[in-house]
Parts: sequence; C-alpha cells; structure tokens
Amino acid sequence: MKQKKKTFQIFIGITILLLFVILLENLSTFIPGLPQVLSPTSPLFTVLKKAAVYSLVAVSMNLLNGFTGLFSLGQAGFMLLGAYTYAILTVPTAMKDQVYYLFGGCAFDFSLVDMFKGMFGESGFGGAISMILGSFIALILAGCVAGLFSYLIGIPVLRLKSDYLAIATLGFAEIIRAIFQWQKFGPVTNGANMIKGFPTFSDFNITGPSGNVILRLSTFVPFLVSAVCILLIVLLINSSYGRAFKSIRDDEVAAEAMGISLFKHKMLSFVISSFFAGIGGALFAMYVANAQAKAFTSVMTYEILLIVVIGGIGSVSGSVLATFLYVACSEWWLRFLDTEVYLGSFKVPLLRNGFRMVVFSVVIMVIVLFFSQGIMGNHEINFGALLKKFQPKPERKS
Amino acid sequence: MEYVISVLLSGISVGGQYALIAIGYTLVYGILRLINFAHGDVFMVAGLMGIYFTATLPFGEAIPLVIIVTVLLGFTIERAAYKPLRSAPRMSVMISAIGVSYLLQNTATYITGGQPMTYPVIPVLSDTVNVAGTQTKWVVIITPFLVLVLIFGLTQLINRTKVGMAMRAVSKDFETSRLMGIRINSVISVTFIIGSALAAVGSVLFFTNYPAITPTAGAMPGLKAFVAAVFGGIGSIPGAVLGAFLIGICETIIKGLPSSWDVSVFSDAFTFALLIIILIFKPQGLFGEAATDKV
Repeated sequence: MKQKKKTFQIFIGITILLLFVILLENLSTFIPGLPQVLSPTSPLFTVLKKAAVYSLVAVSMNLLNGFTGLFSLGQAGFMLLGAYTYAILTVPTAMKDQVYYLFGGCAFDFSLVDMFKGMFGESGFGGAISMILGSFIALILAGCVAGLFSYLIGIPVLRLKSDYLAIATLGFAEIIRAIFQWQKFGPVTNGANMIKGFPTFSDFNITGPSGNVILRLSTFVPFLVSAVCILLIVLLINSSYGRAFKSIRDDEVAAEAMGISLFKHKMLSFVISSFFAGIGGALFAMYVANAQAKAFTSVMTYEILLIVVIGGIGSVSGSVLATFLYVACSEWWLRFLDTEVYLGSFKVPLLRNGFRMVVFSVVIMVIVLFFSQGIMGNHEINFGALLKKFQPKPERKS
Repeated sequence: MEYVISVLLSGISVGGQYALIAIGYTLVYGILRLINFAHGDVFMVAGLMGIYFTATLPFGEAIPLVIIVTVLLGFTIERAAYKPLRSAPRMSVMISAIGVSYLLQNTATYITGGQPMTYPVIPVLSDTVNVAGTQTKWVVIITPFLVLVLIFGLTQLINRTKVGMAMRAVSKDFETSRLMGIRINSVISVTFIIGSALAAVGSVLFFTNYPAITPTAGAMPGLKAFVAAVFGGIGSIPGAVLGAFLIGICETIIKGLPSSWDVSVFSDAFTFALLIIILIFKPQGLFGEAATDKV
C-alpha cells in the first residue's frame, strides 16, 4: 500500500517536472524581455538537453556497475549501436542519396518516418503523428539492437570477473566502433563519415504555417524519454529482480547459494542496461544532430563512469543529480576558465584554452580519493524527508 | 620478399615497444591486481617530455632526464592516487586509475594546446639503414635488441635480488608477505618505478617512428600492451613480451594487407578480438597460473 502511494508520488513529481520544462523553454516566447538565460539559444537549454541524455546513460551504467556489481566499460559501444540504428532507420528517403553520396545511396531505401507519413499524410497533424511514431519506434528499436548485441556479447563475457570483464567489454566497444567505420559497410553505416538529416530534438518544436515556432518541445522530448526510461529502471531495481541484482553485487557466492541463477540475472541486467544505453545513444545522436562512430570512444565511457562515481555508485537519484552538475559545469559554469581574462593590464595566470578540463579532472580526483561515496552514496533523495525538514516542527505539549 | 621483410621488421620493433609498456602493466597487476589505466598516459607524457626537453637540452642529457622525470611521475601517481585506496574495493582503485588517466590527458591538452606535437629527430635512431633491400630506420633494428637486454636485466633483478624476491612474494600473497616483514609500500613503489622507466624508454623508441603525439596517443598503445600482458599470462614477464611481439607483428601485417580490402581499420580491433578469445579459452593466459577462488 505504502509502495503504491510512493510510486504515485513519483509519478506526480515527474509530471510536474516535465510541465515545468515545457513552461521554462516557452517562457521567452510568451513574455518578451526576459533575461538572456531563458532565450532558446541560451546555454541553459543545451545543458538541460545534454544532461537529460547523459543521465539516462549514467543510470543505465549504474544499474550494471552499482546495482549488479558488474564492472562493465562497454557503454559507449552500446550507445553507438543505438545511435546508428536510430539514424539509419529515420533518415528520410529523400535525403539518403545526399547523406550516402560516397557510396551511391543507402543499401536499404526505407525510413520509418516516411513509412508513417505514407499512412497518415505528409503535413499538419498527420505529419506530426508520423514524425512522433517514427522516431519513437526507432528509439525503441535502437534499444533493442543494443540489447540484442549485448546478449550475444554477454554469453562469453559475463563469465569473467571484475577487471577482466571491464577490459573485455571495453574491447567489444572498440571492435564495434571499428566495424562501423569499415568502408565495406559504407552503404549501411556510411563508413567513417557521419549520418545526418534524421529528426532531431528541434524537429519536435511545433511550428505554425509560416515556419514560426508556436510551442517549443525540444528540451521536453529528451526529458520525457529519459524520465520514462529512468522510471522503468527504478521499478526494475525495486522489484524482486532488483533485489536479486543487489544480492549478486553484495556476495555472489551467497546469492548463488540462495538459489539465484547468477548467469541469468547478470545477463538480464547486462541486456537491460545496454537496451537503455542504446536509447541513450539514439538520444545523443539527436542531441548532436549526427551519428558518427568516432564520437563513441572509451573516453565517453570513462566520462559516464566518472559521473556515476560522483553521484554515488548505487544511487539513481545521485547519478541524475551528478549528471546535471557535471554537464552544467563542463558546458556552462566553468566555461570562463577557458578564456583569457585581463584585470586592467594584469593577465590572470593559467586561464587559457583547456584549463577548465584540468580543474575538472582535479576535482574528480579529489572526489574519487576523499569522497569515495560520491554525492549520495548508495542512498536515494528522499523528498518526503526533505519536505519535513522545511515544515515547522510541531510544538511539544508540556 | 622485401615487402615481407619490411613488414616483419617494423612488426618486431612495434612489438618490442609494446613489450616495454606491457611489463609495467603486468608487474603492477601481479602485485596490486590493478589495471593501471594511467600507464598508457604516463607513456604519452614521457613522449611529450621528450619533445620539450630535447628542445632545450642536448640529447645526451635530455633522454636520461625524461626517464628520471617519468619515474618520478609514476612514483607520485602511485603515492597520491593508489596508496590512499589500498584497503578500498578493487573497483575504486580502478576508477582512481581512470581518473588519473583523465587528468593526465587533460593536462597534456592544456599544455600543448591540443595541437599534435612532432617528435624530434634523434641522431642515430632516426637515421635510415638498408636491410636486405628495404629502407628502414635504425630504431627498428635497435628496438628488439634493446628490449631483450632490458628484459634480461629485469629478470635478473627479479630472480636474483632481495627486492625481486620481495616482489615475487608480494605478488604471491599480499597479506602473508606483509606479515613476514616485507615493506609493501616500498615494493609497490619499486614496481611503479621500474614500470615507468621502461615506459619512458619505450616512448623514445615508439614516438621516433610515429608522426605526432596527441594527448590521447598513449591510450591505444597502453590498452594493447595490457592485452599483451593478459595474453602472456598476467604477472609473467616472458609472457608479456611474447604477447607484445605477437600483437605488434599481427598489427603491422593487418596494416600492410592490400588496401583494396580496407581492413586497416581493424588493426586495433584485432587486438581486442585476441583478448576476448584468450579470455574465453585460456583465461590465465599462456604462462599464467590458474587462480582458484576459495569460499
């Protein structure tokens, strides 16, 4: 009963958050003369979009590393699979020749969005429906492809322990990247070149007949997808499967003795984590408006791993919080460190291109060494307790 | 024929350079059970220092200085980033290693301004020589011999000296050797010093034959050297060297295949495929000892 109430509260909370995001990004349209921060080109929205995408990937990595205790470094590889699946399935057929000009057109002349446009019509409401259906189905398929590959990879790899597992998954990610860059697969993957022209976040903005934006939804869409996916992961973690995962993390031998099938549960966690990483990869492709294999290197995996560590290994809300802090710092708040500053004729030392990342990595090292619990440890943010703190204390009856 | 010889020659030399890095991995893993992700970046930093020092100093002073500063760097990393986590779970130490790698790469980007740096032309090493009808650099010829000499010295150190005995004891059983009065921390420091010194030598050899150094130039050779260490059986020096030569030769063969096949993109992926195959069929590597888990 209590659990049901809590789920309902989370549901309400997410709805409020999503409504707030819509309001935030449309505020400048309705009320002119607001500060620059709220204009659609402000870094605020870049940060929000990127952080929404990254938080899904971070939570999916946390499911594997923090809740199941499988130290996997293959996240970038699964993101790549998701990004390419989404891109290949949704590039409009009219664009294919242009995108794949080096290979004389794409091997399969098919686009989900165009397929639905054929059913519901090109423009107006029909166009919107086919756009939404096409890209959302492509997102789900992106997750499925990543999940399928992770199943195949998991069969040999999940027998390995801790650091061997890490290096093997890292290796698989590199192999996937090499395969997608192979020129022989060019008609499908466009070789080492990028795929572009597929629907991105800004295509979800509702425009009027003259092309002016009526309602901005470009930040809302990544928030919606991430929130739904993270909610699903949280439900999984709170289910009996989630408890099995945690018991594997805490003591493999004891878990096996209690009748938990190690391989089955490890595989389940691995496939589900990769499924959501695939969706995250597709969202990332939408965010940067292209899909290119060389973006998904091990550096990306390390970045996400460090976010998970900052947030606390084994805390979903910690991962989300850390992602927003990390992305906001790296894309916005610490940008000033990269520009040379003069106070009068005095040049502030050290400030120069690249200094931001040095400061950043020092902070990360400090967190890893001295605050190994991260922001949240393995606890979750408890909104009920937070609210109680701000409420006046009931007076004691004497 | 000449083509085959040139491919084999450069393969052996690349393999030798990987071997020097791989020893750093295998020694550290043997003792701390830690994949030192930062080792490849230490190698890259040594390469960058080679550029900066040779710009102001003569080669005779610059190269020893590179080795000394790299050793200091390796020692400092161990003391600052790994020692405080000695009793923490293995995963934390590995994350710390990834953090150090991130820090080194970002600092290198900051200092170089992100520009690829070209390695100086070192006399003798960069001169060309004619072997069986193929033009090649002296470094290609010297590397395998230098590697063999260094490894001979290292095995003597490990098998004949007191420090070496301590290292073997610690890698066998961490706790017991501590109870026997071995100073764990100094043994670990020695391990990092040896590993960094060999990586510094490796960087001079590797980058002489390499177009340019970027801040991420160390990551791939580092991972390949680690794969070599796993292939040979982690903790085993001859295994790591053999694995490194094998990977180096296979890699240059793949790169040298006809360009119409267009498989050179797989030269890195091949290494990882090899890793996965060996982990599946012989997880302890060629010469490694099978570990048994006691409950």
